[in-house]
Amino acid sequence: MSRVRVLVGTHKGAFVLTSDGKREQWDVNGPFFGGWEIYHVKGSPADPDRLYASQSSGWFGQIIQRSSDGGKTWEPVGNKFAYEGVAGTHQWYDGTPHPWEFKRVWHIEPSLTDPDTVYAGAEDAALFRSTDGGQAWSELPGLRGHGTGPHWQPGAGGMCLHTIILDPSNPDRIFIAISAAGAFRSDDAGQTWNPINRGLYSKYIPNPTAEVGHCVHHIAMHPSRPGVLFMQKHWDVMRSDNAGDSWEKISGTLPTDFGFAIDVHAHEPETIYVVPIKSDTEHYPPEGKLRVYRSRTGGNEWEPLTKGLPQGDCYVNVLRDAMAVDLLDSCGIYFGTTGGQVYASSDSGDTWSPIVRDLPAVLSVEVQTLA
Amino acid sequence: MIRIILPPHLRTLAQIGGDVELAVEGAVTQCSILDALETRYPMLRGTIRDQVTHQRRPFLRFFACEQDLSHDPPDTPLPAAVASGAEPFIILGAIAGG
Repeated sequence: MSRVRVLVGTHKGAFVLTSDGKREQWDVNGPFFGGWEIYHVKGSPADPDRLYASQSSGWFGQIIQRSSDGGKTWEPVGNKFAYEGVAGTHQWYDGTPHPWEFKRVWHIEPSLTDPDTVYAGAEDAALFRSTDGGQAWSELPGLRGHGTGPHWQPGAGGMCLHTIILDPSNPDRIFIAISAAGAFRSDDAGQTWNPINRGLYSKYIPNPTAEVGHCVHHIAMHPSRPGVLFMQKHWDVMRSDNAGDSWEKISGTLPTDFGFAIDVHAHEPETIYVVPIKSDTEHYPPEGKLRVYRSRTGGNEWEPLTKGLPQGDCYVNVLRDAMAVDLLDSCGIYFGTTGGQVYASSDSGDTWSPIVRDLPAVLSVEVQTLA
Repeated sequence: MIRIILPPHLRTLAQIGGDVELAVEGAVTQCSILDALETRYPMLRGTIRDQVTHQRRPFLRFFACEQDLSHDPPDTPLPAAVASGAEPFIILGAIAGG
């Protein structure tokens, strides 16, 4: 029988939640790395027992942890993230040039085929890669160096590269997203990059349709259709049917199109999920009702999913990497909140229940479906 | 032997039960102590000082013999009591945040 392993990064440690395919009873293990911020934990598709975790601290900096036994034991690996060549400058909040400074790793993306190859998205925004299981990291400098880097600027959470998507049909194609620069695509395995932000409209930047400067919050893709991308921008939910060459707005009937998380159903490529958040100054659900919205039409028509979720006095947030899906026949959807709850639905979002209620603020949620 | 007291999180990271005792070759300075510490415990690289610039991380301080040595040049000889092992070299995390 299949099993599910949910990897949760929180403000004060990592947790590993496991269940059988019914997803009714859960074992909660952790905290691992207690007291440290765990921005992201993710497993290798090529070896599900190989996990990587980004562990960081304002005091002690960045650590990368690796597990080879599904999260039972961990070992620190390499944590030297040095920008290639002259670091250069990006825009600071006030528009002045500011030197690139490494702060932390927001997102870890293991290779689809090699457990020892893994990508790391950093703040200040850059893409790093390791090919030796995380021991040594090298920047893919074509991203920062392609020309628009001096115009990138930090979002409220910092200037972070938070989304990395590897195309399962084309090993040379990588998508990334940066707050606040936008989305970028490489078609040569990360050597060179181009912005893919045509169609985005951001009224908070001087030129709302600029090539870069957009605060993209997250991007999701269904592996069977790697040319179709779904984006939760700062405001606006968007889709692209041409691998990011152009985008169209699909916010449709959402009560608000501000938010962070977005994901795609495991078996229905036109079924997508978002968690609308009231506004960029009020990071909680509208009306204090925690509602996941589902579209079965690839956007525009949305339905609220509320059964089992708090429908009053709920003022948590769901961060960009805190939603994931499993691959079981009845697709499971999972998300974590800044209030420390991890909710799961084993029926594509129709009904929800909390796996845990009182973790530290959840920063990320990933799911592994195990044989 | 030089005695070093680490913040609890770094003791956990390096799987150290208590104080660290290290032999340091040559002059006993902040730099030579940290070089020896990072050689024995590679997982501490980057957690106390930047791996490239060797600049002390801003929320850490270096104390010894009731003095704050954080702003001394890293090659300044440390007090004789630290060099002899009579007093520990304390690496302290700032009381900030939560």
